[in-house]
Amino acid sequence: MDETVAEFIKRTILKIPLNELTTILKAWDFLSENQLQTVNFRQRKESVVQHLIHLCEEKRASLNDAALLDIIYTQFHQHQKVWDVFQMSKGPGEDVDLFDMKQFKNSFKKILQRALKNVTVSFRETEENAVWIRIAWGTQYTKPNQYKPTYVVYYSQTPYAFKSSSTLRRNTPLLGQALTIASKHHQIVKMDLRSRYLDSLKAIVFKQYNQTFETHNSTTPLQERSLGLDINMDSRIIHENIVEKERVQRITQETFGDYPQPQLEFAQYKLETKFKSDLNGSILAEREEPLRCLIKFSSPHLLEALKSLAPAALFSRIQKLLCYSASHSQGTQDLSSCMSHCIQDVKIMMSQHLDMVNQMYASPDIQLTTID
Amino acid sequence: MSVLRPLDKLPSLNTATILLVGTEDALLQQLADSMLKEDCASELKVHLAKSLPLPSSVNRPRIDLIVFVVNLHSKYSLQNTEESLHHVDASFFLGKVCFLATGAGRESHCSIHRHTVVKLAHTYQSPLLYCDLEVEGFRVTMAQRLVRVLQICAGHVPGVSALNLLSLLRSSEGPSLEDL
Repeated sequence: MDETVAEFIKRTILKIPLNELTTILKAWDFLSENQLQTVNFRQRKESVVQHLIHLCEEKRASLNDAALLDIIYTQFHQHQKVWDVFQMSKGPGEDVDLFDMKQFKNSFKKILQRALKNVTVSFRETEENAVWIRIAWGTQYTKPNQYKPTYVVYYSQTPYAFKSSSTLRRNTPLLGQALTIASKHHQIVKMDLRSRYLDSLKAIVFKQYNQTFETHNSTTPLQERSLGLDINMDSRIIHENIVEKERVQRITQETFGDYPQPQLEFAQYKLETKFKSDLNGSILAEREEPLRCLIKFSSPHLLEALKSLAPAALFSRIQKLLCYSASHSQGTQDLSSCMSHCIQDVKIMMSQHLDMVNQMYASPDIQLTTID
Repeated sequence: MSVLRPLDKLPSLNTATILLVGTEDALLQQLADSMLKEDCASELKVHLAKSLPLPSSVNRPRIDLIVFVVNLHSKYSLQNTEESLHHVDASFFLGKVCFLATGAGRESHCSIHRHTVVKLAHTYQSPLLYCDLEVEGFRVTMAQRLVRVLQICAGHVPGVSALNLLSLLRSSEGPSLEDL
């Protein structure tokens, strides 16, 4: 077995915490049951690792096996990486082809190897028609760097792929190209979503989050159920703003639903607009650069934080925006469209600000407006 | 007009009503629970509101004491209190209004300086109490104090009126407040 492979396996196993070691080794399925039973897992970690390396050498582990172990480790520790989302699309008028996993794998590998001689590509299929791809990058002259791989999770029945963000960014276009061609799509676009939690990204992208629909026959009265109060609440305590609270609670429930939210860490909305003026010679309108506005919401768990604004009775502007947009959108409450109403409200706020500016400068013949 | 007046309704028999005004709903709820656990000869009623003016309601009993709860961690809380104060009639401030500042224990989280609240209370000639409502022990003690003050304001303690109590509390504060 090669020195580098041995070192690579050793470093991978050292990363695994002891309580997960047996599970991961079983998932790897490279060492047999008998061999695993000969290892004493209660020793100090270094001794366990030595023993395992010895067993791998006996069985002549190859680079592919080592890469597979790395994939399994990453699957268990998904949250250690930050994942981006890419969406692929077919050209107009193209038919939907049947997906052949083998053909995809061959094609993907070939494209990468044709472009860069030194790459290591490994695959592992999991349930839900997903394939985990691990790519270790090298250049024309250097061997692949096994310690900085990129992982791609591709869901074959959907046009979405998740890629772990890595420091070697120059290979991203090549990776995108390989993925697109191998999966028989036309183009690939990076979506504005990024997270450590693959499950949350999946929930958002595949629209798996809970959407509640209005039912007219809810048996429990709204007050007891949703105000979060104890049903045996003391009747001597009277809430004055109960009507308002109920309304807020109802709207929050309609927007978010009852189930736990996908875990978003930040959401960013960008606004870019230019000013125009009827008369020439206005300072703001003559700017070449459009005005840019960036709104960023960030929190360890953004959607739950927004949802809990209601019981916290903090009826801030954001909550008002949410309620406004929730009560004005029709049909199913799409969460992202709900939040994108924020952008329109920001425009309204900006135009109100402009009115103020207009009044301040008190010049009736110069009026500033925004154009989209 | 949506201004709260102290004497615009008839009192109910042996009932004392307190109104807690503040943005932190959870804290108000906990304080209300603590107050209701106290032994008290009169019947207590606690009303919780986020801000004034209150929505109009015919069934509301006469309010005997208003406590404005200001959270020192939140400028919004102070702003909310200041706006609510406009909706209280001037005759309420003869001993039937009290300010409660919470959150002073965690100095690093305070965004409102203590002097701001002291000045506010001084402007409205009303007593200012400090209590960390999140701590169980302090909350229970404060609840006991508030129940006693409420009983006096409702007139259930013979010989002492709200105005008496106010002047008693004020004379114990030093003359340094006049300099503020």
